[in-house]
Amino acid sequence: MERYYQPEIECMSREELTALQNERLVNQVNHVWNNVPYYRKKMEEKGVTPDDIKTIADLHKLPFITKADLRDAYPYGLMGKPLKDCVRIQSTSGTTGKRVVAFYTQHDIDLWEDCCARAIMAAGGTDEDVCQVSYGYGLFTGGPGLNGGSHKVGCLTIPTSSGNTERQIMFIKDLSATILCCTPSYAAYLGESMKEMGMTPADIPLKAGIFGAEAWSEEMRQDIQNTLGIKAYDIYGLTELSGPGVSFECSAQSGMHVNEDHFIAEIIDPNTGEVLPAGSKGELVFTSLTKEAFPLLRYRTRDICMLNYEPCPCGRTHVKMCKPMGRSDDMLIIRGVNVFPSQIEAVLLKNGYQANYQIIVDRVKNTDTLDVQVEMTPEMFTDNMGEIARRQRVLIDGLRSMLGITAKVSLVAPKSIVRSEGKAVRVIDKRKI
Amino acid sequence: MFINQISIFLENKPGALNAMTKVLAENNIDLRAMFLAEAAEFGIVRIIVDNCYSASVLLRDAGYVCSITPVLGVQIPDAPGGLNEVLNDLTEANINIEYMYAFLGRKNARHAYMIFRVNDNGAATAALSAKGIKVLSPDAVCNL
Repeated sequence: MERYYQPEIECMSREELTALQNERLVNQVNHVWNNVPYYRKKMEEKGVTPDDIKTIADLHKLPFITKADLRDAYPYGLMGKPLKDCVRIQSTSGTTGKRVVAFYTQHDIDLWEDCCARAIMAAGGTDEDVCQVSYGYGLFTGGPGLNGGSHKVGCLTIPTSSGNTERQIMFIKDLSATILCCTPSYAAYLGESMKEMGMTPADIPLKAGIFGAEAWSEEMRQDIQNTLGIKAYDIYGLTELSGPGVSFECSAQSGMHVNEDHFIAEIIDPNTGEVLPAGSKGELVFTSLTKEAFPLLRYRTRDICMLNYEPCPCGRTHVKMCKPMGRSDDMLIIRGVNVFPSQIEAVLLKNGYQANYQIIVDRVKNTDTLDVQVEMTPEMFTDNMGEIARRQRVLIDGLRSMLGITAKVSLVAPKSIVRSEGKAVRVIDKRKI
Repeated sequence: MFINQISIFLENKPGALNAMTKVLAENNIDLRAMFLAEAAEFGIVRIIVDNCYSASVLLRDAGYVCSITPVLGVQIPDAPGGLNEVLNDLTEANINIEYMYAFLGRKNARHAYMIFRVNDNGAATAALSAKGIKVLSPDAVCNL
């Protein structure tokens, strides 16, 4: 039996939903016009005023907002509420090392947690369940989002955060966790570790998993479902918009329902910015409808995606998006963390290396690896082996503090990085996702 | 009296060292001594050659990153305890050895030769010379 957290919204007719979106869009546009000077200026430059936006059919008249805008407006420039009304920030890495900081009022957090609660119930969760949240807690939205959603559903919540695999498995087993929330690669890793400990799916009570924050394939889903003996559900989100729960999978496991009462999804041509007809492949753009502290109109996600408006057997009426099929910029998602080549370049230059580097991303035993190959230069070369090793460590530390993940640094011979037509190939992504 | 050693950065992969020695071979550079230090992905090869200046220019032109390091060439008796005696003297003078390697001469079978990379070339030379240990000149190294 399909379960819903808010059936009156999740299953409302498309007509009712459109009416709700129309009303909320008008309010959201007025909110940014009145409270966010940065946005008002952008609208004025495009010759749009709130009077031009009467229904969602007028959405295309609004200017886009991009990651570059978030950077320009950092940290407070896009806020729709005074700081005293905000209760939380979450953060993710940005394009040039400047982080994206998103603000939340208590109301924003409530709605975000509602979205996560919908995802947990869509995965079969009830107040009888024990939900282990193994996403990282902290600035990363994964842990706090699912934690809040789990509370709303009434699950007994185990906030293990990420890491310490043995303890994770101990809690799953000893406290009978039935739902696991983490990145798909960590789920696969937990499954492998359990196998190595001689455990089979029959030894653990897990029945479902909610996995997101990074790309994963259908094969990986099968793999995780088999090793853990669960049903594995996808969840999607962005810190800019709230966090996980912008969209989530239902029992049909055939795409993620966008929480359309809070976010309008559009697909555009990434080159022209033109809105593409339903079913087209293009860049996913979201407009928030209910956000107070950090409203975003027509935010370009850079994720390449498709929307499916066909009715879903689960009973939900909200549009489904497919797994993101790629990026329209050069952002990589490594172990759930956003990584831009420009961030790596900045660390290299800061440490005296030149911008002759190559980033090799791979997935080994379901875990992403990041290898930064850097060409040795006469300036950085010394006859002292220990000094070279020390500089290598400085680089690794610098990358860790910039990216939040550990990279391997390999020093390679000058001019050894393949250049095509004079331009070095910066990123080699060997992952088969 | 120092000897100029060329230190070259190489990747730790098949053929990397060979490609470098090919440059030397094709240009008739005579290798007098050689030492390879390796890390996981790269290595530093240290060489003493008959013509340090032209060898380093050739290597740089061939795209190698290299540097020139002054080291000491020391003649030691090729007999048990020979090295120990030299090290005693360096210890007494509080000289730190960063690395060292041995090589053999072509003519004089009674001696072995060591290359020392130390923290203070001048102090080490003085300490060894005071004890009558022969520190080699660049020319001497090439003619051994």
